[in-house]
Amino acid sequence: MTARSICSLSRALKAVWSDRLALSAAARVHGAASCNQRHKSTYTSIPPPARYGGRHTVTLIPGDGIGPELANHVRELFRFCCVPVDFEVANVDSSLASEDDINNAIMAIRRNGVALKGNIETNHNLPPSYKSRNNLLRTTLDLYANVMHCQSLPGVRTRHKNIDILIIRENTEGEYSSLEHENVPGVVECLKIITRPKSLRIADYAFRTARERGRRRVTAVHKANIMKLADGLFLECCKEVASGYPEIAFDSMIVDNTTMQLVSRPQQFDVMVMPNLYGNVVSNVCAGLVGGPGLVPGANYGEDYALFETGTRNTGKSIANRNIANPTAMLLASCLLLDHLKLHAYASMIRRAIISTVTEARLHTADLGGQGSTSEVVQSIMKAIQSTGPMTLSI
Amino acid sequence: MEVLSFLALYVPVGFRPTVTTTLHASVSKLKLYSPLQTVTLIPGDGIGPEISSAVMKIFEAAKAPIQWEERNVTAIKGPGGRWMIPPDAKESMDKSKIGLKGPLKTPIAAGHPSMNLLLRKTFDLYANVRPCVSIEGYKTPYTDVNLVTIRENTEGEYSGIEHVIVDGVVQSIKLITENASRRIAEYAFEYARNNQRASVTAVHKANIMRMSDGLFLRKCREVAENFKDIKFTEMYLDTVCLNMVQDPTQFDVLVMPNLYGDILSDLCAGLIGGLGVTPSGNIGANGVAIFESVHGTAPDIAGLDLANPTALLLSAVMMLRHMGLHGYGKKIETACFDTIRDKKVLTKDLGGNSKCSEFTAEICRRVQDLD
Repeated sequence: MTARSICSLSRALKAVWSDRLALSAAARVHGAASCNQRHKSTYTSIPPPARYGGRHTVTLIPGDGIGPELANHVRELFRFCCVPVDFEVANVDSSLASEDDINNAIMAIRRNGVALKGNIETNHNLPPSYKSRNNLLRTTLDLYANVMHCQSLPGVRTRHKNIDILIIRENTEGEYSSLEHENVPGVVECLKIITRPKSLRIADYAFRTARERGRRRVTAVHKANIMKLADGLFLECCKEVASGYPEIAFDSMIVDNTTMQLVSRPQQFDVMVMPNLYGNVVSNVCAGLVGGPGLVPGANYGEDYALFETGTRNTGKSIANRNIANPTAMLLASCLLLDHLKLHAYASMIRRAIISTVTEARLHTADLGGQGSTSEVVQSIMKAIQSTGPMTLSI
Repeated sequence: MEVLSFLALYVPVGFRPTVTTTLHASVSKLKLYSPLQTVTLIPGDGIGPEISSAVMKIFEAAKAPIQWEERNVTAIKGPGGRWMIPPDAKESMDKSKIGLKGPLKTPIAAGHPSMNLLLRKTFDLYANVRPCVSIEGYKTPYTDVNLVTIRENTEGEYSGIEHVIVDGVVQSIKLITENASRRIAEYAFEYARNNQRASVTAVHKANIMRMSDGLFLRKCREVAENFKDIKFTEMYLDTVCLNMVQDPTQFDVLVMPNLYGDILSDLCAGLIGGLGVTPSGNIGANGVAIFESVHGTAPDIAGLDLANPTALLLSAVMMLRHMGLHGYGKKIETACFDTIRDKKVLTKDLGGNSKCSEFTAEICRRVQDLD
């Protein structure tokens, strides 16, 4: 049997059994190496090496606010499902001025290749020498693509239905370059940098992802009528890349019109690609449209590393340690992490359980208008997983 | 005897309007001396002329004490090669101080900047005010929206200062100055006080843009000290966006720099039904104010009597309130909202199939009935 026939056999099995645990075991037995050929098209084609008996090590940065409690829930759930992932915890204390903490975390991520994190608070009253820790992570590790998939979930009451938007946001340059100076007292200049290589890179990522996921249209969001050179360059790069993907339709829209269209008819959007700041606005608007910050996971991809977190990057200071935070976003982010590690069976098992829990209105947390607690939601997810059959630890 | 007659001629200094008194207070005092007020009307292009004449008809039916002075603005090259607006338009605006503007065509490759930009530069229109109130009868997924976005209109990300550093690297400069930030913050709090709004929220991204948005925030905080009766909060731009689409009722007055204001004001316009029903006003230094409709010129329906004059009409109502003519403003606004709520005579974009003239006539009828 050739490698290719093994791969096609496993594909056929997948179609029949649809994500059973045995399938992932078969894939692993028949050789991850041979199936790598199939996955070459995905950008993250080389999975981080599994070490020490098939278990992956993932850096975990709990962060502030609701971060630590959600990180604990993720660990609890993984332990329960016997997921072969070990977490290396790297705490970052946002109140310290020194950058040693964040540098240690960056080194840990370089070592492991993958990370899961909560949001690290930035006190914006501190002087500019204190940089945002989250931003430092993204720029140092060159995690250039922020991907957020906003989908309407069944059972969550929203004003708009049938939303399915994939937002791809440039994550390292643009308005977040943190280059500011005060030449004259009382006059501050902040630089927004747009470069050709990074714009081409993010546009390429967007079109490639659209092709892989069978999406039909990519919309570039910009403000090139005002910022003619900067956003003009971004738009030009997108057009250039679009010409190489003839099966995907490409159009562009100005950012203020985009937000207006999003609140009136969000179903018209498919994949959206944009520079950093517009990405911030559009991703938050879309997250709000599908049900709020507690439901949408986010992923940051670079050439060598991947970082997973909640989509809207909130610290949730006001609801910290009260057991009322919605764990869905963080748990779905951990499923994206498992997908990245090629542990697809675990990922789909947990995702199915999460979706079935979200449909139950009785378990909705406060942000969805219910009165459920975080631990109730997690318990329900674990029960749902247990009822599907595979071996788990006792609850 | 001479002393007494001299005393009789004495006009108290307090009646002389100064720049720092709010415009509506000073103009209402002027009302005592000149009942008919002049407003410069700029009809604009496309559907501009028809909606402007609709507004004039409705004002006539309401017997509002407004005298219209129609002027056209097309860019002309002044001495020294700089583009400017026609001198008669400038003269009219300087005299009347109040303007009402329809949509202007944005020229592509005409060699001159957009007319809106020229007007903004000429009259130093530093504040863009957009009240967004849900219209009963024009259903959107969002009900009970009642907020105002106040956007700094002169600097920020739209300074237009861009350079190509090396081939493939472009920098765009966002300029934040102390004076402009203080000015817009002062306007926002004064607006809140004059219109009985309870809170002002500054929208920023100071966690990332520490110095620039930090400066903006500091100025807002300083100005808030002088307006202790109004609640002041600060919120990140992304949090505002997130909460706005989930629950817009939690917001009242929002003040922010140029780019965030552009995005948020259009977002809020989308919540209430789009640019076809959203009023907008630009406040300048020296008491100048230009109210406008922010939709496009709609060249495809120009001249066909299909346009919807609601946006320009609501901007004109905003203008009346600004001038202190609250009674007329309320009358016209009520007539307009009643017409839309009734749903019997609506233009095509509002979901009906009446003509612009029919819609206007219906509002005129209601205005006269309200008298």
